[in-house]
Amino acid sequence: MAELTKELFPVEESQQTPKSPPRPAPEPTGTPTVIVDDLHIVYRVYGATTDQEKGNAANALMRLLRRQGRPQMKEVHAVKGVSFVAYHGDAIGIVGRNGSGKSTLLRAIAGLLPPHKGAVYTDGQPSLLGVNAALMRELTGERNIVLGCYAMGMNPTQVKQRFDAIVDFSGIGDFVQFPMSTYSSGMGARLRFAIASAKTHDVLLIDEALATGDREFKRKSQERIKQMRAEAGTVFLVAHNLDVIEETCNRVIWLHKGKIRMDGDPETVLAAYNKG
Amino acid sequence: MSQPESAIADAQAGGRNGGTPPWGKEPLAKLAKRYGLRRAIARPSLPVYLRQLWERRHFIMTYATSRNVSKYSNSALGQLWQVLTPLLNALIYWLMFGLILGASKDIENYPAFLITGMFVFTFTQRSVTGGAKSISGNLSLIRALHFPRAALPLAYTIQELQQLLISMGILFGLVLITGEPITLAWLLIPVVLTLQTFFNLGASLVLARVGASARDLNQLLPFIMRTWLYTSGVFFSIQDKVVQSAGLPQWVAEIMYANPAAAYIEAMRDILIQDHSPRPWIWFACVFWAVFALFFGFWYFWRAEERYGRG
Repeated sequence: MAELTKELFPVEESQQTPKSPPRPAPEPTGTPTVIVDDLHIVYRVYGATTDQEKGNAANALMRLLRRQGRPQMKEVHAVKGVSFVAYHGDAIGIVGRNGSGKSTLLRAIAGLLPPHKGAVYTDGQPSLLGVNAALMRELTGERNIVLGCYAMGMNPTQVKQRFDAIVDFSGIGDFVQFPMSTYSSGMGARLRFAIASAKTHDVLLIDEALATGDREFKRKSQERIKQMRAEAGTVFLVAHNLDVIEETCNRVIWLHKGKIRMDGDPETVLAAYNKG
Repeated sequence: MSQPESAIADAQAGGRNGGTPPWGKEPLAKLAKRYGLRRAIARPSLPVYLRQLWERRHFIMTYATSRNVSKYSNSALGQLWQVLTPLLNALIYWLMFGLILGASKDIENYPAFLITGMFVFTFTQRSVTGGAKSISGNLSLIRALHFPRAALPLAYTIQELQQLLISMGILFGLVLITGEPITLAWLLIPVVLTLQTFFNLGASLVLARVGASARDLNQLLPFIMRTWLYTSGVFFSIQDKVVQSAGLPQWVAEIMYANPAAAYIEAMRDILIQDHSPRPWIWFACVFWAVFALFFGFWYFWRAEERYGRG
């Protein structure tokens, strides 16, 4: 609590004079890297049906005749007015129940989902740790490594440099010559993580990347994430495993139904989160 | 949550934010400006956009090749299907239209006429259809990685171009079998293909944006394509059928000849078939459609760059 009150005093100052630098002294490195300003994200979902509206052709025709809209199309208001500032050196954990908007918020910070209202300001290009969508199951691991690296924006020299390291880190050995569709789920997850983590990032966004693989790989991947944190300016980490967040983060944001319920140091927020 | 805790949370949120709820939007936007932070989603200018696209050329090429490879990877004959598919297609058209329906009476070297038309049209058809799905079918990719979105329609067009180059090898073989000579005009084949690729690219960029928001386009597209196929004179000579047989006025035939698909088909026939004489202005139509579609397509697609991935 003593810490908290210390932090509160400079805020009072900036309240009175908003034009003066609003960054209070307590932050060790004062440059903001990500500013989220009253962000709202709304996205449309197709194919959602209610009980009355089964998706057969006759119903669709009736709908057209009655001049109703497309009820299969639903708007989901996933993030409702979130604001915060992240600073250089921050490792921010995001917690919240399923469907509270955590992944959506990460995607918006990465600039992948356009804001409905508000804005996200960033220093450099934040990148999401994950290339799954670019990979093709029918192709060999080798081809997928090359494809994944290019998809993340590497050039041919970088791909050549990193290729062996990726194979080594994934630990799949000779399987790299087989199509990914023949891999066990653990092997697939390891290769995907190895590709995704091969690049260095300014602002790194990690969405539940640690939950896969055997114990040995879990240890390796946690080490890799720590190393990436050291290289990146700011790290955002979404995880349901609160131990991981407690271990790696210096700040936690608790999202509840698309809004920030709490934002502060890990002990305080995680204690409150566990309670309610 | 109990009252004191939430008060702390609010205050602390305020402290860390540099103040959001009490001061409204202004300070955060100003703070961002002062530290030189940029909006995460901001559409770059068109030249910058094209440069970013060029930097992603390796991704585009690899993605196109990978899609082609993965397409046949589950079949026993594997990549041989890249050659077999167009060969079988050519055979069927030849049998149906050339021998059974006997549409070939008035046209010199009908097999070459038909297969040229079919292959050239298929290139445009497949590029445009692929382009229409390139955004709506890749939402997970768009929501996971950052790249100029035009890379997707571009990759789909390049994928079809790779496929076409194989088809072209078969086409040349068949045309030679039917007794056409190799002439100096064959040097113009790359020119026609380049122009057609530009047109296809532009058209698929336009349809990619339309298809990203209008989902029903993919259902409608097969019918549009079939209509286009019949109005482009793939199986018949437009002049003979429209003016001589159907008795329609001459300008209808001229408009049909000026449509982009017919223009590229006629240009290719002009090169490959000795006795084929297209409209003299067909080459102007080819250049016009290529330039117009390319510029309009990029401009139109780029205008919605920041909105892809939402719907």
